[in-house]
Amino acid sequence: MCGIAGYHGRNIAPEQAAICLDRMVGALRHRGPDGEGMLIHGDTGLAHTRLSIVGLADGAQPMTTPDDALAVSFNGEIFNYVELRDELVARGHRFRTTSDTEVLLAAYAHKGLDCLADFNGDFAFALDDRRNRRLVLARDRIGVRPLFYTEQDGTLFFASEIGALLALPGMSAEIDPFALDQTFTLWCPIPPRTAFRAIRELPPGHVMIVENGHRTVRPWWQLSFPDRGDIRPDGRFGEQVEELRALLADATRIRLRADVPVGAYLSGGIDSSFIAALAAKTVTRGLRTFSLTFRSREHDESDWQRQMAATLDAEADSVECTTEAIAGHLPETMRHVENPILRTAPVPLHLLSARVRERGMKVVLTGEGADEIFAGYDLFREARVRRFCGRQPESARRPRLFQRLYPYLPGLKQQSPEYLARFFSFGSEALDDPLYSHRPRFRSTAAAKLFFSADLKDAIGDYDAAADLAARLPADFGRWHPLHQAQYLETAFLLPGYILSSQGDRVMMANAVEGRFPFLDHRVVSFAANLSPDAKLRGLREKHILKEAARGLVPDAIVDRAKQPYRAPDSESFAAPHTPAYLDAVLSPERLGQGGLFNVKAVGKLKEKVVKGQVSGFRDNAAFIGILSTELLRHAETTPSSQLLSSTGIS
Amino acid sequence: MSDETKAAIRTFIVENFLFGDESHALPPDLSLIDNDLIDSTGILELVGFLEERFGIQVADADIVPVNLDTIDRIAGFITRKQAV
Repeated sequence: MCGIAGYHGRNIAPEQAAICLDRMVGALRHRGPDGEGMLIHGDTGLAHTRLSIVGLADGAQPMTTPDDALAVSFNGEIFNYVELRDELVARGHRFRTTSDTEVLLAAYAHKGLDCLADFNGDFAFALDDRRNRRLVLARDRIGVRPLFYTEQDGTLFFASEIGALLALPGMSAEIDPFALDQTFTLWCPIPPRTAFRAIRELPPGHVMIVENGHRTVRPWWQLSFPDRGDIRPDGRFGEQVEELRALLADATRIRLRADVPVGAYLSGGIDSSFIAALAAKTVTRGLRTFSLTFRSREHDESDWQRQMAATLDAEADSVECTTEAIAGHLPETMRHVENPILRTAPVPLHLLSARVRERGMKVVLTGEGADEIFAGYDLFREARVRRFCGRQPESARRPRLFQRLYPYLPGLKQQSPEYLARFFSFGSEALDDPLYSHRPRFRSTAAAKLFFSADLKDAIGDYDAAADLAARLPADFGRWHPLHQAQYLETAFLLPGYILSSQGDRVMMANAVEGRFPFLDHRVVSFAANLSPDAKLRGLREKHILKEAARGLVPDAIVDRAKQPYRAPDSESFAAPHTPAYLDAVLSPERLGQGGLFNVKAVGKLKEKVVKGQVSGFRDNAAFIGILSTELLRHAETTPSSQLLSSTGIS
Repeated sequence: MSDETKAAIRTFIVENFLFGDESHALPPDLSLIDNDLIDSTGILELVGFLEERFGIQVADADIVPVNLDTIDRIAGFITRKQAV
């Protein structure tokens, strides 16, 4: 697990190339504090910062084949490298090291790009195929590991993080207005767009091939669901439960492969509890678990965490996350997140990975992904209720179901059915809208654009982020069941764009901690996609099959408890008397005016309301965190970049 | 219903839901929900304001769009309540 970087192109002088690689490595050191390497050959330069987990003694990178035909800089893991290695040995291949990186090289040498389909793992790599004069950039199916790129004077630069590219001489850290519009509607940019105008992301499950000066980006894997008409009622549900349990056990087993100890995150919910229980069966020296606790009852799950840790006899560690800590650490978290965020949830996870590292560990398993692939989020239930209500818009009883969906939202309790109907806008929207499930979320988020400046609104014009997303959906999307359509939007878009990046890779690797996600094993993802909707969301019971598979390994009280979405205190963290000292500077009228992105006067009033502790609604919370994180991002990315420029004189 | 009542409601909406952005036309028949000016907690803030500013009591059953979704409707609702 590491950081990778490099370039490809003829227009770069050798001394300039070395400077560029050096800067990118410098910006990626936190991802790989155990070693560094660079390799320049012909038109291509590769760099690597290493976090050693597999093949501690002989896995240094960039790595080349003995005949020098291939070189690779590889970030991530191929969890089935043991089996792939055996297969290659059986075919006569001789290995020099015990690392999965060498397996990658051998697999590519043997099969070319078809090797990707054999990999079960989370990875991003740059491979220099010298014999064919070809550069390959590739990213894992779901998008666990990041890869970004930019072009300067005809040279392609790529890196694990945006910060490494912004550290290049002459790069501008200008915020992309359309990316901001996308984030303030959809919660993240639509790839390949990123928050920065000059930077692009290689989308999950895609490869970029650069050959003879031509660049091709294409998918090598895509999430897919069966056609609605092909879904059969599940007559063999019991067998499917067993199958799922066996698959998850294997997905967890191969994710425990490491030459260092592996711990587990424990939230207190069923997903992480299930994974920790499966891991505890394999780990021989006792499992270590890591949890977040909060002082506010609405966020805290420590009772459940204690119960699960006691069940596993695990060595349990926890970090209490106060509102002061959230406000205090937001600037540092934004240095890693690299995209505006609308809630503070990444901050506690950044603090948690710091604790893992303090305890001398580098790898943790998490339950991330289960809510997407087994339909755990409230949004899936909400969409079902909206369709149910939409069929009888005049019903006064049906809208009451919304209060059952969101018992933790006090604002809904006192609402009349008429208002509930209006807030969830059923009846007014077309049932065949591809974004039907997500419309209320997109709409309530987009309301935060009220705070955009007139200039930003002009730059965006009549651009419609939701319509843009809808236009990029797969051709067969319309034939899928509505639940599968909603799952696709969460799994293919929001999971990599927000959950696995802002709440995942970026805040874990900030402290050189590798997250592993058994639910995102492609065998599990494919199994889940092919289940009938009813096996996942039965009535309003979410993750039905997963609950049945977990029973016996996880206490019934945890299996059957009401879902508590992971949330952290948002704008309340910034209320007096704990308002952080930096707030006035970052949101000062002068700075806001310089940035030109937000309405200075309106933001001033919003800030006032936040400091008084009077902001409670979704829109204003999202707007405040969104504006503050954008301004912190501008500050974090422009400061080091401009300093570098002035110190080297390169532009 | 007086223009003064409508002006007070308008000022509250501009200050609290538009954060002082006077550029919004905010016609008296504009739906506050459909234009994303107000959400589920915003309704409760509005109710609190009406009770304090106009000395009326708002029952749960009163909290419906037909009473509260436009400036005109809110003003009419206040007039009816004050007449009781």
